[in-house]
Amino acid sequence: MKIVGLSGSIVGSKTRTAMNYVSKEIAEKYPEAEFTLIDLADYSLQFSDGRNYMEYEGDTGFVTKTIMEADAIVIGTPIFQASIPATLKNIFDLLPVNAFRDKVISMLVTAGSSKHFLVAEQQLKPILSYMKGQIVQTYVFIEEKDFYKKEIVNDDVFFRIDRLVEDTVLLTETYTKLREEKEAAYDF
Amino acid sequence: MEKYRIDPNKGLEFGLYTLGDHIPDPNTGKRISAQQRINEIIELAKLAEEAGIDFFSVGESHQEYFATQAHTVVLSAIAQATSKIKIGSSSTIISTSDPVRVYEDFATMDLISGGRTEIIAGRASRVGLFELLGYNLRDYEELFEEKFELLLKINEEEVVNWSGEYRASLRNAKVLPRPLNGSLPIWRAVGGSPASAIKAGYAGVPMFMAHLGGPASVFKRTIDAYREAARLRGFDPSELPVATAGFFYAAETTQEALREYYPYINEGMKVTNGQGFAKQMWAQGADPRNIMNVGSPQQIIEKILYQYELYGHQRYIAQMDFGGVPFEKLVKNIELIGTEILPAIRKYTAKK
Repeated sequence: MKIVGLSGSIVGSKTRTAMNYVSKEIAEKYPEAEFTLIDLADYSLQFSDGRNYMEYEGDTGFVTKTIMEADAIVIGTPIFQASIPATLKNIFDLLPVNAFRDKVISMLVTAGSSKHFLVAEQQLKPILSYMKGQIVQTYVFIEEKDFYKKEIVNDDVFFRIDRLVEDTVLLTETYTKLREEKEAAYDF
Repeated sequence: MEKYRIDPNKGLEFGLYTLGDHIPDPNTGKRISAQQRINEIIELAKLAEEAGIDFFSVGESHQEYFATQAHTVVLSAIAQATSKIKIGSSSTIISTSDPVRVYEDFATMDLISGGRTEIIAGRASRVGLFELLGYNLRDYEELFEEKFELLLKINEEEVVNWSGEYRASLRNAKVLPRPLNGSLPIWRAVGGSPASAIKAGYAGVPMFMAHLGGPASVFKRTIDAYREAARLRGFDPSELPVATAGFFYAAETTQEALREYYPYINEGMKVTNGQGFAKQMWAQGADPRNIMNVGSPQQIIEKILYQYELYGHQRYIAQMDFGGVPFEKLVKNIELIGTEILPAIRKYTAKK
């Protein structure tokens, strides 16, 4: 199983801090999974110009191809101006319309205040559904007060991330099995 | 219709087209040489002619896994090797070519073939060629519109005066040689969407509509939009031919056709578009209402006649070598087309 962790912002530390914990959790609980963490802050990406994702080169090509090869994607995102960051939206724009077909997508959201709780529900999920992703419905929402000196200080956040990772892997295995069974019935 | 060399009395024309796919066979992992592939395409055109097929066309795709980048050269070999079948491009990316050179090539081919050559001009569904040939992808729309317009002008006028943004001006220019009968049929290639079809209608040029899968009835909207746009601009839609182009594969049974073609469609999609073809969608392709003409000869006949009833189009062209289906399978398809499918289509669509 190929899992990609996508840290969707190029500024700030909270999302990366949480995604680091996701990486650690996956490495410990599911050592057989092939995990890649893509922190957009580490790459220089161009804006989508409408070409096929395979035709991008350099960092942009690497990021789009890695995402397209994944079976599951854990998206980590902060909330900026009551929405997802432009850097994350650009990733969606770089990919084909059905990019998340047969992929499980889960979400981890960091935010300055609880006022942002529904942003993922109302703005991120519709994009993922449109792109045909199988969404892990429950997401992890982490606030400013849960971090201290670039560390997570709320035990409940660890528990919630643990459950998110478990659900992501379980759903990926389940959907893979369902798909295999269904496809075997087609005889082509 | 006469201008476009279409005789409505003969019923629906049937053609074959290839993009020159050159992909390792998913069943064996082996890839034939580009030379063999090109020769097989020429051979295929000869067999198509023998089977009574009306039209054969070759497209250009400037990227890996294709072999007919120089599609005009391949077509001109076909012009030489055949004597009756109409030939054309599917499509010529006019945006990244010089319309003068394109016209010279096709007019020459028209002379070699004895008046059998047509141009289908498109905008490219894959855009790697813009960089390869030195064009800016940002000019995607404008390049096509301007160059397509020039191509049409060259076709209509022996002496051309023209100026535009993407090519040097032409002053009293004679573009030679002229085609055998004064002009060439020039079509506009359109993806499945009405927005694109409307532009062909506004220009009053014949439309070639490509389609993947989905319900045949949905594509009727595209064709209706095209005809309506043409009518609004003062053209007579009954004088403008419409052609459709899409997946085709015939085998003894529908199940066998689905099974044989799927690995080529899936792998071909993966390497050229980056995503395979969902099995669920492929399975729906067998439904009589689905536009994909994949199945037993009887099933395909029913589908094509249903599409004809919906669209009232003049030509259907079949893509049966997507993903590099091996030559012997293509020969088998041509045999089924010639012996079973064509006679039935003509029987039901030609005017007695």
